[in-house]
Amino acid sequence: MELPANLKYTESHEWVRSEADGTLAVGITDHAQEALGDLVFIELPQVGRTVKAGEAIGVVESVKAASDIYAPVAGDVVAINSGVTETPEQVNADAYANWFYKLKPANPGDTGKLLDATAYAKVVGDA
Amino acid sequence: MPRQTPLNAVHRASGAKMVDFGGWDMPLSYGSQIEEHHAVRRDAGMFDVSHMLAVDLSGAEGRAFLRYALANNIDKLSVPGKALYSCLLSPTAGVLDDLIAYFLREDAFRLVVNAATADKDVAWLTALNAQRGQMISLKPRRDLAMIAVQGPNAREKLWQALPGSRAASDTLKPFASTQFADTFIARTGYTGEDGFEITLPQSQAVALWNALADVGVRPCGLGARDTLRLEAGMNLYGQDMTEADNPLESGLAWTVDLLSPRDFVGKAALAGAARTRQLLGLLLLDKGGVLRSHQTVRTAQGDGEITSGTFSPTLAQSIALARLPAGVAPGDTVEVEIRAKPHAARVVKPPFVRNGKALVS
Repeated sequence: MELPANLKYTESHEWVRSEADGTLAVGITDHAQEALGDLVFIELPQVGRTVKAGEAIGVVESVKAASDIYAPVAGDVVAINSGVTETPEQVNADAYANWFYKLKPANPGDTGKLLDATAYAKVVGDA
Repeated sequence: MPRQTPLNAVHRASGAKMVDFGGWDMPLSYGSQIEEHHAVRRDAGMFDVSHMLAVDLSGAEGRAFLRYALANNIDKLSVPGKALYSCLLSPTAGVLDDLIAYFLREDAFRLVVNAATADKDVAWLTALNAQRGQMISLKPRRDLAMIAVQGPNAREKLWQALPGSRAASDTLKPFASTQFADTFIARTGYTGEDGFEITLPQSQAVALWNALADVGVRPCGLGARDTLRLEAGMNLYGQDMTEADNPLESGLAWTVDLLSPRDFVGKAALAGAARTRQLLGLLLLDKGGVLRSHQTVRTAQGDGEITSGTFSPTLAQSIALARLPAGVAPGDTVEVEIRAKPHAARVVKPPFVRNGKALVS
């Protein structure tokens, strides 16, 4: 299973990438898309929404199941990727190339609490 | 430990995602279930349905026994090989299971029942047989495997994969069957497409599966099987009908024969059975999510509930079967609650898709 080392991860199967502008791009992991199967619906939070760490702020649905997506850290939603809501199947094709939304963290140091690739590999039993 | 079909190792070697289904370790998909779905609508796909159980009934009184045991009328079958869809009802007219009955010879009938209910069905039929004075001999055929080959090119592909089978089965009409050597070939299915369901000795299942794969039949899992049957408007036992529902409220009035004078299990209860609900289709009108079982449906006549919901790969829209109050009619717009938000859906008469063609829009 693919786990890029430059990303951070959550136990709820999101990946987090630190962008040059200080925001965080967030998507779901390859493990998550594989477990869900063919994605057919993605609901993202509104731009401007203030979210708490661990808050359920969106939904991904596959043919067979629905699952919440959670904010990795506290912050404000500053952008959403309408590409994934229009064609959810591209997330199945490449989970790490398709971010869902970008977050401006309330406290930039919070990303230090997230999992690195090695720790996440243990979460999904791939270590 | 879930039970395994003779094809279990083949599924695992193909990288199938396996799930527990009714106590059986079965393939959910081999990759993309949507692509498997399209393969069946456009070309040919195959399903391991060996978890289902064939029960053979022998004895001169087989027809008389089934006349009493089944809600549909076995006397509709007069030509050997013909098949009949029926419910098995409880005395209170709840649906114990749905099945296909095959008339093989006057002293030989075969029932094919669902996996999760198989043991319960055999016990029920055994008890009924005892109560009726041992009219028949019952034989569960766990020695047999079953493979469903479905799709517009399914029959042609079986004929390529199984030498000699063409001459034996090319004149079979829908809902008819024939025996070819060790192989029982029925022109039936659960997808809304043409095709065959093939019953054969377990020892031959892997060879036939591989031969079908070699001629381009795509292995399909239970995920695609569910979206295909739902598009085809076919009920799933345990979801769209249960022991708590009578067939008249489950879209199955057409399978219950109340016209003939014969008595059958559940008939008396059906006379007074409720008809305050009905099973109809729903088409989600926005892209606001996916219809799922247990979601509440708000109608002008009161609340109903979705019994099966999914995303339809053929329509690229979410569809469902729902148990709705009597008086709701196809064409009505209703509201479905998805994650506490109302979404508009249109009531339609199933099926949604048959033989590759959308029937609703």
